[in-house]
Amino acid sequence: MNDMSRLEKAVDTRQTKIAAKNVQVYYGDAHAIKDVSVEIEDNTVTAFIGPSGCGKSTFLRCLNRMNDTIDICRVEGDILLDGEDIYDKRVDPVQLRAKVGMVFQKPNPFPKSIYDNVAYGPRIHGLARNKAELDEIVENSLRRGAIWDEVKDRLDAPGTSLSGGQQQRLCIARAVATEPEVLLMDEPCSALDPIATAQVEELIDDLRKRYSVVIVTHSMQQAARVSQKTAFFHLGNLVEFGETGQIFTNPKDPRTESYITGRIG
Amino acid sequence: MTDISHQSAPQSRHAGSLLQKDSRTVRRNRAEARFKIYGIFAIAVGMLMLAVLVYNIVTRGVGAYSQTFITLDVELLESKLDKNGNRNLEEIKKVTTFGYAPLIKNAFEKKVEELGIKTPLKPKDQAAILSKSAEAQLRDFVIANPDKIGETIEFRFLANSRVDGYMKGRVTRESIANDKSISVEQLDLVDQLHKAGVLNKTFNIDFITGADASDQRPEAAGMGVSMIGSLFMMLVVLALALPIGVAASIYLEEFAPRNWLTDIIEVNISNLAAVPSIVFGILGLAVFINYMHLPMSAPLVGGLVLTLMTLPTIIISTRASLKSVPPSIRDAALGVGASKMQAVFHHVLPLAAPGILTGTIIGLAQALGETAPLLLIGMVGFIASNAPDSIASGLLSPNSAMPAQIYEWAKRADPAFYERAWGGIIILLVFLVTMNTVAVILRRRFERRW
Repeated sequence: MNDMSRLEKAVDTRQTKIAAKNVQVYYGDAHAIKDVSVEIEDNTVTAFIGPSGCGKSTFLRCLNRMNDTIDICRVEGDILLDGEDIYDKRVDPVQLRAKVGMVFQKPNPFPKSIYDNVAYGPRIHGLARNKAELDEIVENSLRRGAIWDEVKDRLDAPGTSLSGGQQQRLCIARAVATEPEVLLMDEPCSALDPIATAQVEELIDDLRKRYSVVIVTHSMQQAARVSQKTAFFHLGNLVEFGETGQIFTNPKDPRTESYITGRIG
Repeated sequence: MTDISHQSAPQSRHAGSLLQKDSRTVRRNRAEARFKIYGIFAIAVGMLMLAVLVYNIVTRGVGAYSQTFITLDVELLESKLDKNGNRNLEEIKKVTTFGYAPLIKNAFEKKVEELGIKTPLKPKDQAAILSKSAEAQLRDFVIANPDKIGETIEFRFLANSRVDGYMKGRVTRESIANDKSISVEQLDLVDQLHKAGVLNKTFNIDFITGADASDQRPEAAGMGVSMIGSLFMMLVVLALALPIGVAASIYLEEFAPRNWLTDIIEVNISNLAAVPSIVFGILGLAVFINYMHLPMSAPLVGGLVLTLMTLPTIIISTRASLKSVPPSIRDAALGVGASKMQAVFHHVLPLAAPGILTGTIIGLAQALGETAPLLLIGMVGFIASNAPDSIASGLLSPNSAMPAQIYEWAKRADPAFYERAWGGIIILLVFLVTMNTVAVILRRRFERRW
């Protein structure tokens, strides 16, 4: 069944994965996201850019309902994942988050061994029937996280003992271990040095083959390097959304142009 | 004012040489040096007080751990103890402690003669330097070993508290002028017996393991049974306060919605932590004893009352340690699709565990040293109990607790009890220091970095 759907994806690489329609987000009385509609495609890296506080992270967190953990946050509008409304009453956010993985701004490995960090998701979702299968999942995930070669000899070492860049790749490996369909990344490189950033960016490009990736970034160069689609947010509005090349070379909105040329932000 | 200073120093406020301190820097450095001296002074005062306290407790309490004993060979006369000679335990038990008094008197008289000590005292008055517990000790032995009747056995009897006080320097020949329970002649006898090696001051394990004794026999009183009472209370507190406290804090911290109701609960928990413990005592009296008819003076009731008292402490410290777990850990767990409960139990709770344990141990230590609520549920006063023989009787039969026992001794008239109160404080402090040390070690060992 899984293989079938993969096959379909390979044929039609520009299938819509997530469709957001007229999304409004409120923090108490503050209107943080104003009427945002966006379509995120499968096997594509979509970048959200914009100045600080423009709502791009907030919107990202709506896509896997991480905002549910914030009491005063209220979301209106429709967000459809494969045509199903993820804010439907019948949807369990826990099940949703297994499908829509997330990597956070600050690397946040569990204070457990590298192995346990990656194995945790598969364990709680029952993805492995025995130890051998789990070992395989862990190895594959670490390989996909481009960190296997660095940690294969010390899987028992605590995840927190790794360097910042390694920790972030471990977190990515942890996120892919649960076999998500969408990977959300909230400024994954903001705490990393340029070398680690390059490694993670390379990884993101690789991940595109299997997942739909949404990345929030402060760095316009990064957005230009890794994404195919770019959305520019400003003051809670989605100002412009389109092909990355077009946004950076020929923006339609004067605000986008001001931002990418460094005049606002 | 700033304008004026600007005018007087038109160029830069930092004009002078760096090699020379300006007056402002000098003033600031002096203030800092003064502050350091205040701090050192405060710590020195604290340390001095602590040293005085420890010195006082140890010098006054250490006497309770040694006791004066007199060694006598007692002939267990069959004619007195078992007239029919059939070793029937029921018949042997009919002989009261009065029946044993002549045996001891004879043994004493014989010992004095044997040593060639001359004394104007009658045999009855000679034997009076022994503790009143001697007969009971002898009787207990005979009932436990009826086959020994007829033999002559060596016994170590306690000397009475005046003799013990004389050996420890608390009682002097001058101070007994108005004391009817001991005479100068008896003290002469004590001196001679001591010289002959029959009367000796040795370590007294019974103080640590024994039960409380009545007003007339301070020499026989011990902390042991009240320690067991405290132990059972702590078991009740641990069994109730830890799960209830941890469950309540996890719910409040991780699951409860933030609204006026939880705000009120939160404020009230903080207030409860500051409620005087005697209030919990009167609550326990009203609810557990008067309404629920649980037995008075029982460690179960004491434990329930102390649970009420300890809960706020445990909840507050548990919530603080849950709060100190970084939210990124919760995000990480939720991000891979863990449910809220999985996130809490797999990740947050293990990280908070050292803090929770520490808080619990501190709460227990606080409960262990608590006296006031026990006053109201009748766990103080002379509770003549022996060590309980089962868990149920340990929980339900009347008992005392360590601090209550100390209080009880401290208010009795005989100065020999006063010494025991200090000795009891040493035991209590040893327990508290041990518990706090365990808390520190646990925290050090299980503390993880992230």
